[in-house]
Amino acid sequence: MNIIDHAPALLVAIPLFTAFLYQFIYYITHKNIRYLATVALGINWILGISMAFHVFSSGPISYVFGASSPGLSLPSGYHFPIRIIFEADGMSAFMALIGTTVSFVGALYSESFAKRYSELSKYFSLLLLLTAGLLGMVLTGDLFNFFVFFEITSLASVTLAAYRTYRKESVEAGFKYMLISTVSSLLILVAVGILYGEYGALNIAKVASMIQYTLLDKVALALFVTSLAMKAGSVPMHFWTPDTYGEAPAPITAMLVSASQASLYGLFRVVFTLYGLKISTLTVGWIIIILGVLSMFIGVTMAIIQKDIKRLMAYHAISQTGYMLLGVGVGLATFGTDAFLKYGFTAMKGGIYHIINHAFYKGLLFLTAGAIFYRTKTRNLNEMGGLAHTMKYTTIFFMIGAAAIAGLPPFNGFASKLLIYESVFKFNPVLSIIAMMVSILTLASFVKVFYSAFLGPKRIKDGKEFKEVPPNMVIAMGILALLIVIFGIFPGFVINNIVEPTARALSSPLLYISTILGKM
Amino acid sequence: MKSDMSTIVKTVTDFLFGFIIIFGIYIIIHGHLTPGGGFQGGAVVASGFALLFVAFARTFLDKKPQQLYGLFESVGLLIFISLAFLGIYRTFFYNFLANSGGLFGMKITQGINPGYFNTAGVVPLMNMAVGFEVACGLSLIVYLLYRGVIEEGEDGE
Repeated sequence: MNIIDHAPALLVAIPLFTAFLYQFIYYITHKNIRYLATVALGINWILGISMAFHVFSSGPISYVFGASSPGLSLPSGYHFPIRIIFEADGMSAFMALIGTTVSFVGALYSESFAKRYSELSKYFSLLLLLTAGLLGMVLTGDLFNFFVFFEITSLASVTLAAYRTYRKESVEAGFKYMLISTVSSLLILVAVGILYGEYGALNIAKVASMIQYTLLDKVALALFVTSLAMKAGSVPMHFWTPDTYGEAPAPITAMLVSASQASLYGLFRVVFTLYGLKISTLTVGWIIIILGVLSMFIGVTMAIIQKDIKRLMAYHAISQTGYMLLGVGVGLATFGTDAFLKYGFTAMKGGIYHIINHAFYKGLLFLTAGAIFYRTKTRNLNEMGGLAHTMKYTTIFFMIGAAAIAGLPPFNGFASKLLIYESVFKFNPVLSIIAMMVSILTLASFVKVFYSAFLGPKRIKDGKEFKEVPPNMVIAMGILALLIVIFGIFPGFVINNIVEPTARALSSPLLYISTILGKM
Repeated sequence: MKSDMSTIVKTVTDFLFGFIIIFGIYIIIHGHLTPGGGFQGGAVVASGFALLFVAFARTFLDKKPQQLYGLFESVGLLIFISLAFLGIYRTFFYNFLANSGGLFGMKITQGINPGYFNTAGVVPLMNMAVGFEVACGLSLIVYLLYRGVIEEGEDGE
């Protein structure tokens, strides 16, 4: 038994098992076991990394639940995949890499950050369920399963966003997120129903091999794009992000960024793989590009005027999602033409590289915002100041995160943004100029945050200085900061070994299909 | 409001409760042969408990059963996922009991048959685990909602 063969199932099974175990232990002992979630998610992290590098080097793997061997998608005599199938190609493995990393960091950070919450075992159970949901979303090879994991992610994140029920803002944020999640998951269910009614299959590879791109298929595509873009927080469906990201506990916000990116993954999977063989690339590509440009610009202009540090970062999350949509959208718009090889593929690489960069630096920034809140008990920028005197690590980590999001060399944001600027300029110079302008505005608003939170004279509250946060939180932030620096200093290594296999997997639907159905 | 209901309701509940529970258990353990399964049967069992809460409000609300429900809910979930893990020498969720000759392992030939109970391997066991979990989980939800309604009513008075 090779553990890597079982990795796609274990990545979902380990968090689920631990989540149930937490409740069991809680009802027996009435105590919360510390570090159980962190250890489980640490194992998951190692598993995620090893699976990702296995997939990048030797191609996609599939996992068939309940079959007599993991890769047996078509037992002899069958022409139709009947069981529940997980498929990890480059793109899925890449997203699983992000999901496992951020969830481990989130759990480690929560060990100190969430200590004051009531019913801590329920908090960690929900955190583990959120992890299981988002990893399931990116690994599944089945449309209905995608819907199920989408629901698990939504329910867990709604509950976590509204976890501090004594604050009415939290409850409102949770309610808003619940409405958005329910609407978008119902739209997905209708779209899946349309495809199932038409083709009688739910397996993504099977449906992709039969897709005709009829009017009904286009309706389903519109439903998929709308609902998944809504859940990913793209303008004009972005209105839930500031509330939910702002009110959720900081480690949860960092994970919600990854959950949104899992929806983004769903969007890319639908347009590139599910519809990949027949899609009218230019039209859908431009729709995604326009969504991206709007998200970039509106997100950043809204962010500049914010006074609440987490709301500001949430608007930046919208704006950065725009970069990913722009990069991958240009890839889709040129898909199948000569231009794809000239610059479309580079744009896609930029968009995909930006996904992992964004997950890390935005996660880090939300965690530093959480650290500030942990000590100062406020999120209002006007009430902060002088934190650099005492919170040294947090200051350094914030500087790294802010420089990365603004695209300053040598941090990772620079590498991915440069790829996007260069390739998008060849596609349409105006888009590239907008992207650069947005980047400058991003820098401006983070300079503002840095100045008002960290610089200035020492502030003293209740006769005490603000101490550095506990070591758990410093280590959690440090892991992300280290990854950002590594990804920034060695962009060539990352692009060749991580981003390029991912982009190649995403842009080759036939490979995805043949992993399940064999050669066609 | 926090009192038991009339004698008629209590007597009928006494009479019906057993039947509802038995019907629910029947749906759960016959899940692999007949329509329904763990979730549906569990919901039926939970509806029996809901009837108890309404009829014997005072007795039950004072007993605070959420501890027990929560424990059994997590036990059901753990049994379910452990059964899935036990098959991992082949694949996750591998049905290691089917056609093995032992528990729920009777071999069946293809074709029409009256439905043999001792078949389907881990599927009935998983149905039972899910039934257990759903019965306790839904009862817990009903209990908490009902208690919330009553407490709110008391505040309003």
